[in-house]
Amino acid sequence: MALNKRRFDALIIGAGGAGLNAAIQLANTDARVAVVSKVFPTRSHTVAAQGGVNAALANVLPDNWHWHMFDTVKGSDYLGDQDAIEFMCREAIPTVYELEHNGVPFSRLDNGKIYQRAFGGQSQNFGGAQAARTCAAADRTGHAILHALYQQNVRARTHFFDEYFAIDLIRDDEGAILGALVLEIETGEPLLIEAKATVLATGGCGQVYRTTSNAHINTGDGTAMALRAGIPLMDMEFFQFHPTGIAGKGMLITEGVRGEGGYLINKDGERFMERYAPNAKDLASRDVVSRAIVTEVKEGRGCGPQADHVLLKVDHLGEDIVSKRLPGIRESGKIFAGVDAVHEPLPVFPTAHYVMGGIPTDPYGRVIVPQGTGEEVVPGLYAAGECACVSVHGANRLGGNSLLDILVFGRAAGLDVIDSLKEHKNHRPMNESSVEAAMARLTRWDQQGDGLSVRELRDEFRKTMEDHAGVFRTEEIMSEGVEKLKALRDKLPDVRLHDQSKVFNTARVEALELENLFDTGIAIAYSALMRRESRGAHSRPDYPSRDDGNWMKHSLYFREGDRMDYKPVRTKPLTVESFPPKERVY
Amino acid sequence: MNTDSNGLGRERLRWQCRRGMLELDYLLERYLDTCFDNAGDAERQRFAVLLTAQDPELQAWLLNGEPHPDTAFHPLVAAVRGI
Repeated sequence: MALNKRRFDALIIGAGGAGLNAAIQLANTDARVAVVSKVFPTRSHTVAAQGGVNAALANVLPDNWHWHMFDTVKGSDYLGDQDAIEFMCREAIPTVYELEHNGVPFSRLDNGKIYQRAFGGQSQNFGGAQAARTCAAADRTGHAILHALYQQNVRARTHFFDEYFAIDLIRDDEGAILGALVLEIETGEPLLIEAKATVLATGGCGQVYRTTSNAHINTGDGTAMALRAGIPLMDMEFFQFHPTGIAGKGMLITEGVRGEGGYLINKDGERFMERYAPNAKDLASRDVVSRAIVTEVKEGRGCGPQADHVLLKVDHLGEDIVSKRLPGIRESGKIFAGVDAVHEPLPVFPTAHYVMGGIPTDPYGRVIVPQGTGEEVVPGLYAAGECACVSVHGANRLGGNSLLDILVFGRAAGLDVIDSLKEHKNHRPMNESSVEAAMARLTRWDQQGDGLSVRELRDEFRKTMEDHAGVFRTEEIMSEGVEKLKALRDKLPDVRLHDQSKVFNTARVEALELENLFDTGIAIAYSALMRRESRGAHSRPDYPSRDDGNWMKHSLYFREGDRMDYKPVRTKPLTVESFPPKERVY
Repeated sequence: MNTDSNGLGRERLRWQCRRGMLELDYLLERYLDTCFDNAGDAERQRFAVLLTAQDPELQAWLLNGEPHPDTAFHPLVAAVRGI
C-alpha cells in the first residue's frame, strides 16, 4: 500500500509547553502548522511543572533580568552559555506577558499585578538578598499554560495529530531535515509529514532510569531521533536526581519532609546522614544526600527484602504534625508504598528528575552541529524545551527556570521558523532512501518468532542505568556500566513482539520507545564516564572538584562509533560583562 | 482488534492511562491491569469516562482524596486509589 503523505510549512513534534508555544507563533501567521503528539496535548509532562516560571517583573521585590542572569550562570556552575542565558532572562519578561495575554490565569497581587513567589537560588543585586521571581497560576501552572496554549492553537487552526508517534526524521543527502515519518497509533498506519521546518519538542528522558519522577511518556524520543540523524547530544551527563523518591516507583517526596524534622535511617535504624554531613545531616545538598543513600545500599545497609532502599522516618513527628503540615506525604505513602507515614517510615531511593543536556541549539532554537573548527545550523531543524540544550542550565538547573526555558525557546524557535519560511518558500525534494530507512525501523517489529520481550530488556537496561550511570559515578562503576549497556544494546535485534496487530498496538509503540531509551541512555552513560570532574549535578567521588582548566567545556556525544567531542562554553554575553567562574557557595 | 467484551478498546484505554504525571500513570495502569477485567460494565464505562478528565482533576480525586462531584464514581475512585 502506498505511504500516506501530508505537507505542512512547519512540523512540531511534541505538544508540551515548548511545542505549543512554537506552534502558536506560527499559527498566528498564514503558515500551515502540524503538531504531532503521542498523547493528547494537555497530558504532556509540562502538566507536572507546578512551581512556576521565573521572570524579573519586580512585582513583589526589586528585580531585573541581569540579576536573574547572574543567578542562572552561577546555578549552572558556569557551564551555561552566557549569551543564551542573557537572551532567556531578557525574553522572560515579554514571554510571561504574552502568556498572560494568551489567557494563562496567573495568581495576582491586590494591586492586580502578577504575584511572584521567592524560590531557592534567587537573589537581588548579584548574590544579595532573596528575590521573588517566580510567577505561578496557583499550584497548577504547567496545566494552566498548556491549556491556554492549546486553546489558542485550536483557535488559530493548528493541525493536531493527536496520538501519533514520531518514528524518525527524514533528511536529504546534505543533512537538511525534510520532515518526519510518524505512526498513527489508532490504525498502526505510517504517515509521511513533509515540512520546510521541523521542531523537536519531545521533552525529557527520565524513563531511562529505573527510578524516576518522570511520566511514562518521557522516553527521550526527540533526542534519540536527533542521534539517529547524525546529530550529537550535548552535556547529557548532567541529570538532576532528587534524593527522596518512593523506592522502586520514583514519585517525589518533597524536601519539606526533612525540613519538618523527618530523617533517613538504614536497616540498622542508624541515622546515617550524621556520618556523611555531620552539620547539615538530612538537610545537606541534594547530591550529598543522594550519594549517601546509594552508598548505604551498596555497602549492604539497605532495607527491604532486596536491601535496595533506605527509610525516611517521620512517625516521631506525631500524627498531628504529619497530617497538618505534610498531608500530601501521608496520602502518597499510603497510595504508592502502602505505608502510613504516621506509623511507619517511608521506603525511599534517589529518583531521576530532569536532564540539563539535549540537542544542541542556538538561542533561536536552530539545531547546531560541529563543522570544521566551527559550527553550522542543520537546515530545517529546530529543538526546544527539555529535549534541547541551548545551554541555559549548564551543569544544574534552578527552580522556575525549566518552564521558562521551554516557553522562551519554544517561542524563539517559532519566530525563527517564520523568518526562515520567508526565505524557503518551497519544500526540498523528498529523499526516498531516508524514508525507507525510517520505514525499516517500523517494519522491523513485524519480525515473528521467539525472542526477548520489550519489558525484559527495558527493565534490565533501566536498572543498569540506575546502577552505573546514576547518582554514584566512579570510573570503575561507569566503565563497567558502559560495557554492560553495550552488551544489552547488542540484544536489541533479538527482541520480538508477541502481538503483531496494528490497531492500537501499544506494545509496538513501547518497542519503538525502547530503542529511544537505549540511544538516549547510552549518550548519558558515555558522557558521564568521560567527564573527569565534579560540576553541578555531575558528581564524582574520584574527581571531587570542579576543574575549569580542563573541563569548562560542553560534551558532545555522537551515536556513530559512540564518539565524544567537546566545544567551548560561550562565556561572552550579548550586551553585558561576563560573569567569571567562582566557587559556588549558597 | 484489541477490544474487550464490551467493545471498549482495552488497548485504547491503556494509552489513555498515559498522563503528564507519573503518579497518575501508575494508578490508572494498575487499575487497568488488576481491576478492570473483573469490574462490571457500569464501572468499566465509568473508567473510560474518568480517563477523559484533565490531569489536575484526576490529581485532586486520585491523589489528594478530594471527592469526585458524581457520587456514582466514588467506588471507582477508591478502587483506583487502592487504599
